[in-house]
Amino acid sequence: MNAADANSRSVSVQVRGLRKSFDGQPVLFGIDLDIQPGEIFVIMGPSGSGKSVLLKHIIGLESPDEGTILIEGQPIDSPGVMDKFRMAMVFQSGALLNSLTVGENVGLYLTEHRLKPPAEIARVVAEKLELVGLKGLEERNPSELSGGMKKRVAIARALVIEPQLVLYDEPTSELDPLSAVTIGEEILNLNQRTHATSIVVTHDRDLAFGVADRMAIILEGRIVFVGTPDETRRAPDPAIQKFLTSDFSFKPKSKL
Amino acid sequence: MFQNIGEMLILFWRTLRALPATLRQRRKVAEQLFEIGNASLLMACILSLFIGGVITLESGPVLAERGLSSTIGALVGLSMCKELAPVMMAVLIAGRIGSAMAAEIGSMRVYQEIDALSTMNINPIHYLVLPRVVAISFALPVLVIFSMLVGWWGGALVAVTYQKIHITWQAFFSSLKEFVEVHDLVHGFIKSYAFALVIGVVSCHQGLQTIGGPRGIGRSVTKAVVNSIVLILILDYFLTRVLVYFEI
Repeated sequence: MNAADANSRSVSVQVRGLRKSFDGQPVLFGIDLDIQPGEIFVIMGPSGSGKSVLLKHIIGLESPDEGTILIEGQPIDSPGVMDKFRMAMVFQSGALLNSLTVGENVGLYLTEHRLKPPAEIARVVAEKLELVGLKGLEERNPSELSGGMKKRVAIARALVIEPQLVLYDEPTSELDPLSAVTIGEEILNLNQRTHATSIVVTHDRDLAFGVADRMAIILEGRIVFVGTPDETRRAPDPAIQKFLTSDFSFKPKSKL
Repeated sequence: MFQNIGEMLILFWRTLRALPATLRQRRKVAEQLFEIGNASLLMACILSLFIGGVITLESGPVLAERGLSSTIGALVGLSMCKELAPVMMAVLIAGRIGSAMAAEIGSMRVYQEIDALSTMNINPIHYLVLPRVVAISFALPVLVIFSMLVGWWGGALVAVTYQKIHITWQAFFSSLKEFVEVHDLVHGFIKSYAFALVIGVVSCHQGLQTIGGPRGIGRSVTKAVVNSIVLILILDYFLTRVLVYFEI
């Protein structure tokens, strides 16, 4: 893929002064972010820090109380933005439609927007499922799949859109370490193949440092640090260091 | 309550605006029609048969004592097509289909499937609400006509076999034919169409409004059924006033 193609496949995202409350309880306190086209940007923070709410704002599923989200300089809520830019989100649960088969789920975007004839859709679906290592599972129901497989189907569904922006909400939560590594590889592969801007929200430190070009740390609804993985490791803020270094060392290590 | 009614009216308006997309959603409309027919036809048949029978059983002896047994057919015919078939079928469908709609859409809301549709730029009104409202608007009037016919036969069966009434099939149906006119069928048909819209919009609205987990879905289902039935009964009164005014 040449540079022109790569540019047409990725978008910049700016978040400006984003504030959000639910039932009077503030969740986001004036978030500002600049995400460059084509990069993998990880938003990391503990549970309940507001990172999933931030992600929902970026794709227009939530409306901010204050502030704005700009996709290529255009507000996300302005008319036609969702039509103009191809965006996809991989949900924490996969969010596959249970009434459809795996193949129908993956091809849903093409079917509903009538972008290709049925035979071509079937070919694309088979191709994308093969890319995520789920070849031949078109006729299965989502309920027959494991958590990791559901997330890979969700990634295949995102791939079909040929997105310029992909958002991942806790992609490795509830997964065993092997499946989590596979999902991390898929995120990197998808980014290298499509050059789509990728925003990953996670509290999984291994995933974050494994895939991020840059990362932001969000604590209690505020972005407290933005930088590369190396810069983040060296961040002086004790709260960040506590989040990055805490582990399960409750018992003294046994001698072998 | 007023906020709910306002939201339902907005949903109804959005569904009306989405109507030109019905042809594109024809497969889903057909699936919903099959679902409604498959789930309701046998129940509708049993319910209507017994309603027709009970009206005859309750009113037949009283009329027969006064020498009015020849009007039993008219009574059953008119009450079935103007009131009982539309209302009872609407209540049945609210319970069987409205609850299923609210549960399915509610579960899709809770498990983020509707959010997933939105991120794919697929309008949930077109994808979820329109096929259901269109399907129920076709299915309920058809079920009501079916119910009228079965109810008449139920009434006739009791009128013929019950000792205290004991009239012939011919006497029952000639009385029914004499009094039941086309505009009486239209009366029931209009009501059933209005009730179908109420069930479709209320159930889809409750589904879309679902929050929380399984308990939230349960709450939405209960609200969908109860609100539909309450609205059907209130609307029934006002619709009857209007239809009587226009002599339909």
